[in-house]
Amino acid sequence: MRFVPSDDQRDFVASLESLLAAADPVAAARAWAEGETAPGLALWRRLAEQGVHALLVPEEAGGMGATPVELVLAFEALGRHAVPGPYVESVAFLPAALGDAEPVAALAEGAVGSVAAPPGTPYCLDADVATHVFVAGDGALRSASVAAAATTSVDRTRRLFEVTPTGDAVGAGDLDAAHDLASLATAAQLLGCGERILADSVDYVKQRRQFGREIGSYQAIKHHLADVRIALDFARPLLHGAALAATGESVDAVPADRARDVSAAKVACADAAYRAARTGLQVHGAIGYTAEFDLSLWLTKVRALVTAWGTPAHHRARVLAALTAAEGGAA
Amino acid sequence: MDLSLSESELAFRAEARDWLAANVPTEPLPSMDTAEGFRAHQEWEAKLAADRWSVVSWPTEHHGREASLVEWVLFEEEYYRAGAPGRVSQNGIFLLAPIIFDHGTPEQQRRFLPSMATGETVWAQCWSEPEAGSDLASLKSTARRVPASSTTGESGWLLNGQKTWSSRAAYAHWGFGLFRSDPEAARHAGLTYFLFPLDADGVTVRPIAQLDGEAGFAEVFFEDVFVPDSDVLGAPGDGWRVAMSTAGNERGLSLRSPGRFCAAADRLVDLWGERGDTVPSAADGVVDAWIKAQAYRLYTWGTVTRLAGGGEMGAAGSVNKVFWSELDIALHETALDLLGPEAELESSWLDGYTFSLSGPIYAGTNEIQRNIVAERVLGLPREPKGEPKGATR
Repeated sequence: MRFVPSDDQRDFVASLESLLAAADPVAAARAWAEGETAPGLALWRRLAEQGVHALLVPEEAGGMGATPVELVLAFEALGRHAVPGPYVESVAFLPAALGDAEPVAALAEGAVGSVAAPPGTPYCLDADVATHVFVAGDGALRSASVAAAATTSVDRTRRLFEVTPTGDAVGAGDLDAAHDLASLATAAQLLGCGERILADSVDYVKQRRQFGREIGSYQAIKHHLADVRIALDFARPLLHGAALAATGESVDAVPADRARDVSAAKVACADAAYRAARTGLQVHGAIGYTAEFDLSLWLTKVRALVTAWGTPAHHRARVLAALTAAEGGAA
Repeated sequence: MDLSLSESELAFRAEARDWLAANVPTEPLPSMDTAEGFRAHQEWEAKLAADRWSVVSWPTEHHGREASLVEWVLFEEEYYRAGAPGRVSQNGIFLLAPIIFDHGTPEQQRRFLPSMATGETVWAQCWSEPEAGSDLASLKSTARRVPASSTTGESGWLLNGQKTWSSRAAYAHWGFGLFRSDPEAARHAGLTYFLFPLDADGVTVRPIAQLDGEAGFAEVFFEDVFVPDSDVLGAPGDGWRVAMSTAGNERGLSLRSPGRFCAAADRLVDLWGERGDTVPSAADGVVDAWIKAQAYRLYTWGTVTRLAGGGEMGAAGSVNKVFWSELDIALHETALDLLGPEAELESSWLDGYTFSLSGPIYAGTNEIQRNIVAERVLGLPREPKGEPKGATR
């Protein structure tokens, strides 16, 4: 029983955090939103050198052979820094979906992949920068061609493309596991976004003064932000528990069920991050409503990720289905 | 990161599960806030104690099993999963006992702990006063030093004043509470922690009917109640510091183990199975209650890991308290939704709902907890406090 990150896991997060803090991901995200993907792709390659893209690739295929626990720790950091790009698709979904199929080694080394998985994930994120584009549907993964024009997301850094399957089924992986890993990684990003919004909001209310006092000294502000802290604190254990469930190893303390636990984590992380976003905007006031202020990157990203890789309604339905199936034998 | 259990932890859990399956009463006991139910709950405590299940984390010489924190959480999960009775002794075993272990003399430990463990002596918490609720440090009940009496030879204190909202006091045997022993000292200083029998000369207990009509708490009046020095817990004047270690326990882990919410959430899922088709709109409430109970369970394993590694509960107890109290209400509201027009009728769900309504109030209101989270966890500036009570007189 040791339900906190290990020293190795902490070191891994710390190295990612220092890389990201020094890389100006906000500038990369703003450029990405304008269609200038070079800075974002440079960051993509640096993270690949750090091993992020190879986390779920088995060691024998040239990967890190890490677990979903390391995956969620990495994606929380990506969310915290608003890093643009199809990470969920390329780093979480595709390695599991491809199994040992050929492009997996290239992806582990930093080739860009992306995938659409209708109906829940109808568009392919950042497909124009991806070398390996797929559609997952009807129980199979197929190569795909990309439409010329992107649709516009509330999160301007999410460039979404229609894609059309072009070939035969590829890959020997597990599509259900791939979906769950994508949902899990999205949940982790949401948690990171929520943490960032809370931290920036706390900083802001400590320096913004009205009526002669820091606004953070008023209970109306404090209680809103305390509720965000509480929501995030209780979302994180669900995320980590679901990551453990997704490793497939048995856990004695809490009966695990991958589908149920991943969906519970996605629901809780989305709720907590959305609460952080609403509260963060409110305590910032009008400045928070501007595109120029960096808070906007996280506010819009949270809104997009709440419904990405499974809406809250989809994930709640999965939890209910699992509970109802287990009824009577509940742990 | 892992959620694995050792062989001995698994064996402990299996032993607890088996004992509870064999011993938990098949019919619910009458309410512990009635004379009959109080006695029935005391008998249950005696049964638990006879097989050393009443205070599993205590030392063996005090009826315990020296269970680790992990084992304690496992026991609590099994306890609630088995549908075992509420703990009439919980104010004693969970709130007072940790203080007696930390601050009590060996003599006090020998005198108070065994009868607490068996349920023979049930303790009531006497903290709040009519004018001192959230602002507990403004309490006015006094303790006056008196010299050794010629008959007993004991020196001690005379307690005067009034306590209120004392849970279990209507039927309990002893109380514990804070009194102002130094009228000159500032708010938090000059308070002393006393233990006293509720049938002592000068003590009057007036039961107060709660929302459900039963006397779950009481007012307690003190008129020159003599308490010997041997019943002072910790040093005179040090009562606030001593008491605050109780507060952390009450808000945090000890009073609200995840087991009770997981068991209630599982029962809610069962209720959904029976009635969901009649109230399909309750689906999200069922799912969210289960998710939050699971979150609380997993969060607790994180807390256990940190505490086992030498960490302290600290302000995390406040994060915890807001979450479980709101979860408890939402869970029971959903159950009542599922019961439809029968929701107003007496039932265990209605009892649970009524009890849950007190959660955001006792053990420090949720507003106080949010202040603590904001100030001590987030580091936001303290709000300028009002004038201390009585300062203008």
